[in-house]
Amino acid sequence: MAWVLRGLRDGVVTSRYPRRPDGYGDGYRAALSVVEGADAAAVDGHLGEKAALASLCPTGAIEVGGRLSVDRGRCILCGRCVEARPDLFAFDPAPEVATLTRRALLVPREHDDALELVRSELAQRVRVLRRSIHIRHVDAGSDGSEEWEVAALTNPVYDVQRLGIFFTASPRHADVLLVTGVGTAGMAEPLRRTFEAMPEPKVVLAAGTDATSGGLVYPTYASGAGIGSIVPVDVWVPGSPPSPFSLLHGILVGLGLLSEAGSET
Amino acid sequence: MSPAFVSAHVEPSRLARSVATAVGDGGRFAGLVATAHDDGSTDLRALVATPSELATIETVLEPGVRGYPALTPLVASAGWYEREIHDLFGIEPIGHPRLDPLILPLNADDQRPRPGNREGPTHLEPDAAALSSHLGGEGVFTIPYGPVRSGVFESVEYLVETSGEEIPHLRTRVYHKHRGLDRRFGDFQVADAVLLAERVEGTASVAHATAFCQAIEALGGVDPPRNALLVRLVHAELERVAVHLDSIIRHTEGAGQAVAYARMSLHKEGVLRLRARLCGHRFGRGVVVPGGVAGPLALSPAEATVEVTRIDRAIAEDGHALMATPSFLDRLRGTGILPRQLAFEHGALGPVGRGSGLAADVRIERSYGAYQFLGLEAAAGFAEGDALARQRVRIEEISQALHLVRQALEELRRSGSATWSHNVPPPDGAAWSSVEAPQGELVYLVEAESGRLVRVKPRSASFHNLALFAQAFRGDIFTDFVFIEASFGLSIAGVAG
Repeated sequence: MAWVLRGLRDGVVTSRYPRRPDGYGDGYRAALSVVEGADAAAVDGHLGEKAALASLCPTGAIEVGGRLSVDRGRCILCGRCVEARPDLFAFDPAPEVATLTRRALLVPREHDDALELVRSELAQRVRVLRRSIHIRHVDAGSDGSEEWEVAALTNPVYDVQRLGIFFTASPRHADVLLVTGVGTAGMAEPLRRTFEAMPEPKVVLAAGTDATSGGLVYPTYASGAGIGSIVPVDVWVPGSPPSPFSLLHGILVGLGLLSEAGSET
Repeated sequence: MSPAFVSAHVEPSRLARSVATAVGDGGRFAGLVATAHDDGSTDLRALVATPSELATIETVLEPGVRGYPALTPLVASAGWYEREIHDLFGIEPIGHPRLDPLILPLNADDQRPRPGNREGPTHLEPDAAALSSHLGGEGVFTIPYGPVRSGVFESVEYLVETSGEEIPHLRTRVYHKHRGLDRRFGDFQVADAVLLAERVEGTASVAHATAFCQAIEALGGVDPPRNALLVRLVHAELERVAVHLDSIIRHTEGAGQAVAYARMSLHKEGVLRLRARLCGHRFGRGVVVPGGVAGPLALSPAEATVEVTRIDRAIAEDGHALMATPSFLDRLRGTGILPRQLAFEHGALGPVGRGSGLAADVRIERSYGAYQFLGLEAAAGFAEGDALARQRVRIEEISQALHLVRQALEELRRSGSATWSHNVPPPDGAAWSSVEAPQGELVYLVEAESGRLVRVKPRSASFHNLALFAQAFRGDIFTDFVFIEASFGLSIAGVAG
């Protein structure tokens, strides 16, 4: 009985996201962006400066080719570049960072004709997945922090059950495969088997920069460049680790309930 | 400021005997680390801790020498370390009772990673055929649990050997998520290697970054500014609170205490949010840099104190209620008993050791950083050795940690200094460093040659303690598993490397 009253103590602490924006989620360092208008200035620089820009990043996420861009799929949000060149790079606090293609993690984004096709194929596939979604999580070589952020989705603040989203122990009951970690050699086979054990239709999320590209850990003799070569990924959620809001957004993008980062719709 | 590290050199044939003597004289075996060199030789360093110092006993295996007399027959807690070294270096501890692969099962012909050596294999495929499939006795069968577990967990495989309900034997396989971090460190400059240290055990990022940086600072003869040490302490203790809460949450989940689960999860979220407000990252990443910290706390000490006090009160109230809930206590009391003698012989670390009557705590024994001037007294000990004792230790430590944070914030408020770090020269030489991570004593070995990192070896408390896990099941049954695992509170990432 004492616990019942205790449970009522703080009133409703649950976020209204995605129905309403959440102040905390919007104030968080969620992704890296190239400052608007910074492009031309950087590219005009001589070769030495280009190399210096690229070398700011320990994971090689900064690309200075024809234009200046950042691969969010490689970025571990360490902030080295923001500190050194605040005129070129900035943190983006919006937690909606998930995309439907690996290429769309490159910002600023370029128009991609294939994206429309990917989007409609996914929409078609997940049409039957609506009100009761079961997620199977697999750790394929994480540092352990991603698991905390995934588990946080069931705490009273995020409370994904309110959206009809549940975690399941059995891959047979799962609609969504949520994968964390770099994709180690030792987890490739268990991950593949879990994927195969899931019924159709299914959606695969690569949760975190490690799962997307191997992050800071790749390359080693035991780690993969993310999980994309092991299972077919539908949604990419960068972050090191991705915050619970970013994960929730990614799950809802995978179900066709929210639109992905940078989409015009 | 760094505590004394004493080292002795012996012949390979004398290593086991020397370590056994040091342990017999009251030392605690704390690890065995190998480093390969380009000339084909391999250094072996055994760590023996006493309350005042961390001593190493070292030997060199000349090129071509592929074995040495094993430590394990004399010092049982060396068992996992020698298996790890066998996996990574192909060196055989002769006379090891059970040299089953631990973190990297390989085909006999495979090249070994040999961390420290400049050249190494680019890809190794774990070979399950290298693992032993030995079974305990008649009527016993094995239930594999993992590596994909039922819930949101890190990947690990437990092989439960049972004849029904009880768990007489348990084997732990951690190789699935081995990432090869030992070799990866060598690819980075010092400033970026900190970022990798933060990802060895992502839930203890601050502890790992601090241990790594302390070693770099010891090599450079640099003491970080006092302010920086205080900021490190604030983040390290909040990290401890979060890790301990995570353990408590997993207990409440296992016991079906829905409201307690919700309440404690809410508090953990509160701690992560406070950490994010203090530095921009929920896990405190980017705070600790060689020579100090990246900058001041993003909240004023006064604001932070208000928030810490609120969290402290909330956790204390719910913790108190939880420890007075019989249906919860019944699941923990007498579950997963780790007898004091066993814990002592193994040198159990952190809350696992402190729940079995041990007192080892780096913050007190070999005080470092801001602990040196804030003063920390040993928390109340519990000696029952069961899951409940470990839980009580954690609840005590949470309140102690938040008290320390408030003390550090008060010191920061009074400090007028605006220096947050000192320059550290490129490292050269070998240094050890240790901190009290949330899971227990964390040790780093850093070896460098004129700025290049030759070998960085984190020895996590999770690695040391997980070897004991299988011994905590005497008389327990399957339904106790979740509590025993949660009460150890270990990170598999830190074990698998």
